[in-house]
Amino acid sequence: MRTDAVVLTVAFGYLALLFVIAAWGDRRAEQGRSIIGSPTVYALSIAVYCTAWTFYGSVGRAAEFGPSFLLIYLGPTLAMLMAPFMIRKMVRIASTQRITSIADFISARYGKSSSLGALVALIALIGITPYIALQLKAITLSHAVLVNYPEAAELRLAEESFWVDKSFWVALVLAVFIILFGTRHLDASERHEGMVAAIAFESLVKLVAFLTIGVFVVFVLFNGPVDLFSQVADSPQLVGALGLDAVPGGATGWVGTLVLAFLAFLTLPRQFQVLVVENVDERHLKRASWLFPLYLVAINLFVIPIAMAGLLLPIGNHDPDSFVLTLPLSAGLEGIPLLVFIGGLSAATGMVIVETIALSTMVSNQLIMPLLLRSKRLHLSSQGELAGWLLGIRRIAIVLILLLGYLYHALIGDSYSLVTIGLVSFAAAAQFAPAMLIGMYWRGATRVGASLGLIAGFLIWVYTLLLPGFAQSGWLDADFLTLGPWGIEWLRPYALFGLEGWDIYTHSLLWSLLANVGILVGVSLFTRQTPLEQTQAALFTNAMNPGLQHTPLWRGQTTCGELRSLLSRYLGAVATARILSDQGNGSLADADPAPPSLIARAEQALSGALGSASARVLINSVVRGEALDLESILSILDTTSQTLEYNRRLEQKSNELARIGEELRAANERLRELDRLKDEFVAMVSHELRTPLTSIRAFAEILRDGKDLPEEKRIHFLEVVVLESQRLSRLIEEILDLARLESGRLTLTPQKLDLVALARHSVDAVHRLQEDRGVTLVVDIDVDEAPVIGDPDRLEQVIINLLDNAGKFADDDDPRVRLHLAPHKRHFRLSVEDNGPGIAGDERERVFEKFHQIKRFSGNAGKAKGRPRGSGLGLPISRGIVSHLGGRLWVEDAPQLQGACLVMELPSAMDGREPGFVQKVGD
Amino acid sequence: MAKVLVVDDEPNIVLSLEFLMQQAGFDVVTAEDGEGALARVADAPPDLILLDISLPGISGFDVLEQLRNDPRHARLPIIMLTAHGREVEREKGLALGADDYVTKPFSTQALVEKVKSLLAEDA
Repeated sequence: MRTDAVVLTVAFGYLALLFVIAAWGDRRAEQGRSIIGSPTVYALSIAVYCTAWTFYGSVGRAAEFGPSFLLIYLGPTLAMLMAPFMIRKMVRIASTQRITSIADFISARYGKSSSLGALVALIALIGITPYIALQLKAITLSHAVLVNYPEAAELRLAEESFWVDKSFWVALVLAVFIILFGTRHLDASERHEGMVAAIAFESLVKLVAFLTIGVFVVFVLFNGPVDLFSQVADSPQLVGALGLDAVPGGATGWVGTLVLAFLAFLTLPRQFQVLVVENVDERHLKRASWLFPLYLVAINLFVIPIAMAGLLLPIGNHDPDSFVLTLPLSAGLEGIPLLVFIGGLSAATGMVIVETIALSTMVSNQLIMPLLLRSKRLHLSSQGELAGWLLGIRRIAIVLILLLGYLYHALIGDSYSLVTIGLVSFAAAAQFAPAMLIGMYWRGATRVGASLGLIAGFLIWVYTLLLPGFAQSGWLDADFLTLGPWGIEWLRPYALFGLEGWDIYTHSLLWSLLANVGILVGVSLFTRQTPLEQTQAALFTNAMNPGLQHTPLWRGQTTCGELRSLLSRYLGAVATARILSDQGNGSLADADPAPPSLIARAEQALSGALGSASARVLINSVVRGEALDLESILSILDTTSQTLEYNRRLEQKSNELARIGEELRAANERLRELDRLKDEFVAMVSHELRTPLTSIRAFAEILRDGKDLPEEKRIHFLEVVVLESQRLSRLIEEILDLARLESGRLTLTPQKLDLVALARHSVDAVHRLQEDRGVTLVVDIDVDEAPVIGDPDRLEQVIINLLDNAGKFADDDDPRVRLHLAPHKRHFRLSVEDNGPGIAGDERERVFEKFHQIKRFSGNAGKAKGRPRGSGLGLPISRGIVSHLGGRLWVEDAPQLQGACLVMELPSAMDGREPGFVQKVGD
Repeated sequence: MAKVLVVDDEPNIVLSLEFLMQQAGFDVVTAEDGEGALARVADAPPDLILLDISLPGISGFDVLEQLRNDPRHARLPIIMLTAHGREVEREKGLALGADDYVTKPFSTQALVEKVKSLLAEDA
């Protein structure tokens, strides 16, 4: 099972899976359904911090130096806890300035300086290449352990040609991967979604693999942690090795390693890439600030147990760095070692992928582009598109960086242990910290100070860590270490200026940072910033000031045509068209002067692709005069905070005024509507009152003027006058009821009453009248008693009104009306239905509107004669009364008679609701 | 003998108008709604119409408009009778070609005078 073929198949299969995931991530991003827009994915991608060095080296370091390996993870934890103050600001700056890498960040801060950017890129390249080599070495080594066990793995690279070296092929596959997913867009400040998705996945794989081996060691090889620790306690040698004093350099060593890890976490190019450049959303920092430390805890949980187990068990004379492999192998297992190998592979490839993308961006933008731009011939005479060129440069850079890593690994990789290489790289990256962090908070830091500080720090790093490393590999005379160069003792690289007894990293870090910071601050105090530097310094230090997002003011002059040709040469025609239309400037003619916002946008776009320094050079090449109105920006920066506060208050006031205005308008609208309703009501009332009054007056005049009227006519007319007078009084009564209901002055006297008795009483009251009209009235009462709370007079008025209406609207030839009373849940329902034409769906609510009368007299006018018209107020009043008694009144289909059915529902008073209170409408 | 068409949906108002017109010496036909009114006119055109506005179905205004659009009845005297006292409605009625506009409740004597004078004019 552990044959070369199987292991290689699994390894390359895993890499193929990464391709699939990355391709999927990119496709989703293109479809606008990003999978990395989640704080969890962001936190997992930050875990690219845990490389093969963590995966294999932590156990090695724990076996050798006890718990000191934890410091490597406490540093980042500290940094993540400070994320709201520091990393958030970095993210904000990077997104407004379209920063592409840490080199670009530092270059942009110090006046978009090409030379400073190049310096950072160069240091990164020198400092980080060994780290890439380390990953390749880890892959090769773990592969060798896996295949050769139980023989000790020996790397015989020098004796074999590179094409039989697996790490060469791994590097090649990775190069293809990185080119495919790392250089899809020219704009390096754009996110590499597929790559981030793959990295997050790798973080999961290595965690699972490490937890698996941990659980296996503690619970399978030993009987749980208690067993393991009791065996350790029996071995005094082990107890000592795992004690706190095993940390090299003692207390200073602790502090040194912590600071080193803290700084490196922020400045390692790959960390800057995932933490800052690939950040989708500032708010993701919130979850990442606890999820990532949690991840670190999880992945380190079993480091000490595995180290102890490796030291306790007879697994042969193997390097502690490979305990995670040799422990399960010694137990004769096949699957777990393979899983561990994949875990290590994922840790290594994740690091290599991100680091190479970050470095290649730096190399192309900070090293090669400035050189190309300096060559005037290329820049000014070339008419073709350079966009493809730029991607080509970045791709070549990727191959070269990986090749460099491979060469380093093949040629000198053997002489270092994993831990050594890792910390050496950390110390190199830490040199970027002063320029970056001080630059973010101190406006006075100058380009010259930062450059000199950086050079000094780097040189001390070379002298105290890199050269001694070479010396130990036998490349230099080892006397140099023990006696100092030319025998000068206080220049010994591990004991500079006589500082002895410190571990080499803390020692190097102390001197390099001291020089770096000292020179940065000291020189800055005595050098002047250029205007652009001042602006950038102000923009960086005030990054969290929201007023700055839109401040850049431009006064340089150029034409749209010039900008367009510049952009299309470097970014391609498609991107250029997008940028121009983004700004709503698509319609500008070539000869038109470019508006300031367009110049700003153009520089931003170029920055995203080429880095800020090159972008600045290019913009200045087409813009006459200083493009940026620096004085304005500086004065804005000084006044923004005041102006901002003033604006904020002003805005608050105007918002308030707008709101009040809106409220007034709404109130006015309501009043108008009420006024209109009142007018309408008055008109309707007067119309309704005039109708009976007309008959009364007409007949009264007829009677007055007609002295000789026949007796029967006189009596008939007088009868009409009386009836119409009654109708008039009834109408006035109803209008008053309605007015009282609506104004809330209708006094009801609710009391407990029996709806059955009330219904029968109402039926009796209308019985005569209905009989006269030929209406058949059916009464169906399904209960013996129906106690409700109500005002008996008002409820009777409602029921009579319903019966009356039903009689009016029942069928002309055979008018039938049915009253039905039954319990329904905790209510009683009294319904009155007729066999008339029914009420259409859209009319069912309108019948409760005031003065709404159903038009049914046309067509059968003759037959409807003798049935008085209603006022159109009965149903609105009834509904008002019923709803005031806590019930409902509505229209539905008649269940038996096929006409209209009005249902009144009142709550049952059986469960405790007692009468005895006086309610007013509208309470 | 002149013939008057009384159109109103209130039976008692129809009753009073019918009596008044008969007393004044006219023939009376009645209708309770707009359609009925149009049917009566089509059967045998009256010499004058007393036309209510609020009618079930098509309104008095609609009836007025239809009659005025028919050249045969363009000059037929029509008095609008209405319980709507608002000025806009009065103007609308006159604009549509009503000969007079009487608000309910009305003076019976004045109404009879109006009918008589309109019929005299017509003759």
